[in-house]
Amino acid sequence: MTADMTLDATTRTAALALGDDALVLSHRLGEWAGHAPVLEEEVALANIALDLLGQARVLLSMVGDEDELAYLREERAFRNLQLVEQPNGDFAHTIARQLYFSTYQHLLYAELAAAEGPFAPLAAKAVKEVAYHRDHAEQWTLRLGDGTDESRERMRRACGALWRFTGEMFQPVAGLDVDGTALEAAWLASVTAVLDRATLPVPEGPRTGAWAAGAGRQGLHTESFGRMLAEMQHLHRSHPGASW
Amino acid sequence: MVTTTPLEAELLEIAGAVPDPELPVLTLQELGVVRAVHAHGTDTVEVELTPTYTGCPAIEAMSLDIERALHAHGVRDVTVRTVLTPAWSTDDISAEGRRKLQEFGIAPPRVQRTTGPVPLTLGTTRTLTAPPVQCPHCGSADTELLSRFSSTACKALRRCLACREPFDHFKEL
Repeated sequence: MTADMTLDATTRTAALALGDDALVLSHRLGEWAGHAPVLEEEVALANIALDLLGQARVLLSMVGDEDELAYLREERAFRNLQLVEQPNGDFAHTIARQLYFSTYQHLLYAELAAAEGPFAPLAAKAVKEVAYHRDHAEQWTLRLGDGTDESRERMRRACGALWRFTGEMFQPVAGLDVDGTALEAAWLASVTAVLDRATLPVPEGPRTGAWAAGAGRQGLHTESFGRMLAEMQHLHRSHPGASW
Repeated sequence: MVTTTPLEAELLEIAGAVPDPELPVLTLQELGVVRAVHAHGTDTVEVELTPTYTGCPAIEAMSLDIERALHAHGVRDVTVRTVLTPAWSTDDISAEGRRKLQEFGIAPPRVQRTTGPVPLTLGTTRTLTAPPVQCPHCGSADTELLSRFSSTACKALRRCLACREPFDHFKEL
């Protein structure tokens, strides 16, 4: 499939950003297959990954050939948030990443679904799926935070470690007509409420500015992303055009 | 307003009679995923199909099965197009479809006005929301959630506290 030329360049830039978020997080969640703490969670994480992969396919097809975009781009050409490329870590890290991202994605898609723009059809569909991802992450945050000393400490550590990656979600993206300030306020209120109920402290430290992470949208990524891409892309690059 | 010709109605029925590849007790019409059939002459037909979930891998099998059914009916040129709008909802599953799901051992989705997860309170996995999800085996309303995700994206895993059998619940979307 070639790029949808009825869409303007900035819309395609935004589709690439959102599509890369979904693709990269989908791959990270897929890495849990065979490693999740219980079978039900294995299935849950794989299902969430599948939803995200479906979104990625729609979004990347707005930009160009989905396979070429997924398998043949170099690291610097990816426009995903640094948050979604962070390694799975322990289960608490994965849940903290899910909490931060699914809350953002749910709020964002709800807004895009209500608007008349080019993302409305996908957003209206995906927002219903993402509501389950958000629910899943919130329920686990509550269980782990308000759980044993060990689970609480791990969840606290995970929420703190990923905090500095959360400011980037609200930086403006060309072609995406959303109010970043309002989105951020809604996100912060929601995440704070969940952390409070989970008896977890809201992490301290900056979320934006010189000491915070960011710039995934500009193609700058963290160290582990290159290794993730190598694993994701090597089969396709080693055997171009292979099929079964 | 687009009118449907008798030919299109006939072809829609054939496309809709194709069984779902994952849940073969249901037809695609009962699942509510075949949106329309447009015939251009008698030889060229376009079918509009909507996915249940954006990432549902069954959509490709559905497309192929529809093409096969229409080819078998003598249509030479069949195109199946995926449409996202309006977004599919479990409310699109017909009453007959719900009955068949139940009979097959899958608790059908509850009819909803708003979409998304049914809110649950922390600490309980039992169904406290009305109407309850009933066990498809014994009919008990005393069932609990085991996992929000099950063998496919569209199902949740539950357990009946009366007969102790686990079962799938086609969750509301």
